[in-house]
Amino acid sequence: MTSSIIRVTHLSKSFGDIRAVDDLSFSVNQGCVYGFLGQNGAGKSTTIRMLLTLVEPTDGDIEIFGMNLRSHRRDILRRVGAVIERPDLYKYLSGYENLSLFARMSGMKVSRRRIMDQLQQVGLADRADSRVKTYSLGMKQRLGIAIALVNDPDLVILDEPSNGLDPQGIADIRNLILELSRNQQKTVLVSSHLLSEIELIASDILIVDRGKKIMEGPVGELFDPSRMVVEIQAVFPEKARQVMVSSDWKDRLQKQRGDTFIFELGREEIPVFNRYLAQQGVDVLAIRPRHSLEDYFLSLTSANQHVDTFTN
Amino acid sequence: MWILLQIELFKIFRRPRTYISFAAIASMILIIQLGLKFDGKSYLQLLMSGISDSFYVPYELILNGYLVAFVILNTLLIHVPLLVALVAGDMVAGEANMGTLRLLVTRPVSRTRLMLAKFTASVIYTVMLLVWMAFLALLLSMLFFGTNDMIIARNDVMEQIGRNDILWRYFAAFGYAAVALSTVAALAFLLSVFAENSIGPIVSTISIVIVLTILSEMKIPLYDNTVKPYLFTSHMLAWKGFFYSKASGDGQAIPGSVENLPAILRSLAVLLSYIALFVTTAIVVFRKKDILS
Amino acid sequence: MQTLKLYGLYLFCLLIRPEAAFCQDATDLVQKVKAKLDQVNDYQADGTMKTNVSFLKVPQAQVKVYFRKPDNFRIRNDQGISLVPKGAVSISLNNLMKGRFTALDMGTETADGQKVRVIKLLPADDNGEIVLSTLYVDEGRLLILKARTTTRESGTYEVDMYYGKYAAYALPDRIVFTFNTKDYKLPKGITFDYDDGSRKNTENKVAETKGRVEIIYHDYLINKGVPDALFH
Repeated sequence: MTSSIIRVTHLSKSFGDIRAVDDLSFSVNQGCVYGFLGQNGAGKSTTIRMLLTLVEPTDGDIEIFGMNLRSHRRDILRRVGAVIERPDLYKYLSGYENLSLFARMSGMKVSRRRIMDQLQQVGLADRADSRVKTYSLGMKQRLGIAIALVNDPDLVILDEPSNGLDPQGIADIRNLILELSRNQQKTVLVSSHLLSEIELIASDILIVDRGKKIMEGPVGELFDPSRMVVEIQAVFPEKARQVMVSSDWKDRLQKQRGDTFIFELGREEIPVFNRYLAQQGVDVLAIRPRHSLEDYFLSLTSANQHVDTFTN
Repeated sequence: MWILLQIELFKIFRRPRTYISFAAIASMILIIQLGLKFDGKSYLQLLMSGISDSFYVPYELILNGYLVAFVILNTLLIHVPLLVALVAGDMVAGEANMGTLRLLVTRPVSRTRLMLAKFTASVIYTVMLLVWMAFLALLLSMLFFGTNDMIIARNDVMEQIGRNDILWRYFAAFGYAAVALSTVAALAFLLSVFAENSIGPIVSTISIVIVLTILSEMKIPLYDNTVKPYLFTSHMLAWKGFFYSKASGDGQAIPGSVENLPAILRSLAVLLSYIALFVTTAIVVFRKKDILS
Repeated sequence: MQTLKLYGLYLFCLLIRPEAAFCQDATDLVQKVKAKLDQVNDYQADGTMKTNVSFLKVPQAQVKVYFRKPDNFRIRNDQGISLVPKGAVSISLNNLMKGRFTALDMGTETADGQKVRVIKLLPADDNGEIVLSTLYVDEGRLLILKARTTTRESGTYEVDMYYGKYAAYALPDRIVFTFNTKDYKLPKGITFDYDDGSRKNTENKVAETKGRVEIIYHDYLINKGVPDALFH
């Protein structure tokens, strides 16, 4: 039943000497919310731009809806909607004009009612005739989404949709994605550098770093029980830290946040480490295993800058 | 294609910036008209100083609407490329700068068509500028100054054209000027493809036009037969050729004739080739361009 | 003083030419010609004016020519503009012969296969615009065929006259007016001209060139009165 909407094979893109995307292969199944994760500069945007024919791949193939992107560009784009990075629009035109302009470019017959319906859905109906210049960032983002959805696409691509939005805006986007996926059976590819965003909505994820694939798969299968991330909260963090860094366990310490230490441990190591701390007179307040993409990412990449990027 | 063109025109004519050009042209024309209305005679005396020794010069008849329009075109057509570049140089670079280019290119529309629509829209804008200019320079001057025969000064000869022999020459001249300015539009359009903001292509277009115009107008034998015939700026003034009549054997201007039509057509062909070259290059480059803005 | 000068000239005639009586004949002839011209108090005529001047490219123009005694002369172009050469007005024949003058007979010449008498007119007024005129007169018909006039300010003019229907009134069907012009050059920096690539022969031009204006008369209305307004 599940067929691939997007199939990317050995995709590469170089800008001069810089290899932005390096031999990337992945596929996105119909109806899923596909999370595309990576730091800024990991190659997410370049990949998305290749999916949307903005950037020509150096190497590799892209198939969307079972058609080759290069040879069936227009047939494919007719069924795709996208918001790419910042929601940039014609500031000197109204929201209504922006939306109707892009709808017409998508080859649609445009009626005022249909455009107004779309604006209604994203809560902009009452500002339809104001110039976009006067919109807040959140309003522009919603208008961008209305533009992406105006041609009723089967595939929706959202590149960093939560960037710069307030918590309410982020929640709105999250609900919208779930609505598109669950109730409208659309396939959604959403990229972010925030794991916390993606883990709440994605059914599958792809993680890239420096242009290369690190991991791909359903969210549920991504946790490796042999490498768990554990939070240990101590009563006297100073003393605890001294004990920890002078022990054999010091390499397992990922990060300290106030009185909480984050360790990467195997499932059976947790009681051993706990016993060791007790023996050394460290009073442990709590030990909590963490099950999130964020922690998962930590366990995959031990480099500290990743930890900083993904947990802040 | 028609829809794309409509959309591009809609974008051009909904921008306040577009109307700056129209306002600029109107004010320049009105300033010239006012100046000539009040002090046209001194201007004519300067022009006619070479012949006023031998002839009675009826200045008040010579200063008529047709001549005023000619003076305006002469002055203005040197500056209008700037206004054309203002819009044509913005066509691609401006969208890249605003960030709307990526939205355009992800529509199910071929890049070639998009570019053709954009260039056509710039040409239509150019033509509308000219129509606006024709309306103000010609029609308004005809109303303010009346009509009569037109006497114009060339470098070494004065041409007189009968009043019934003039209007078609203006239409031909405006038609030619449209092609000449479209060449500037095509250049600005081409440069626009390479830039991510519109200042670059606008300034470079103007610089190129200025440098080449100077080259075209310099009377240096070294350039005369080598570079000059190939510069598009050498051919941009050919609209004036429509106001030069043939002379009969005994030195009379022949009404309805054009002194050197083949030369004008050759100039026209050069300009059209440049337009084709610029636009084709722009399309080829744009088709391969990675949109990173 | 004036009389003395005339007398001197008369003497000069006698000295140079033994047939001194010719001086008197010349004056007679001029008086006769003048008398013939005097039949016409005024006229208006339609004409076609052709201008042939190196630096002017002007289409053939339909003009009206008005004359009224003693010396009102005007070329008008009501449909357009005609540049009228300076001097063309003062060459009106009546103008040449107005006031007092001395006529000198210079013998005969053949012009256009026709024998003509050559007469030089010296105006009595030293300060007048006309310094000297030479008339070539058809004695039989009492018509001036050619007049060459040297003026104080505007150089030398030549008028050739060809008669037909109105010969009885001494009015020409066609006149050709030839005059000297300076070469014309547009003041620098006025305009960018269109260079169509054709070679122009600028080196061989002499600064002083001849211009020609020709008027072919179609219809004369003679002695029907011409209103004042037309001369202003």
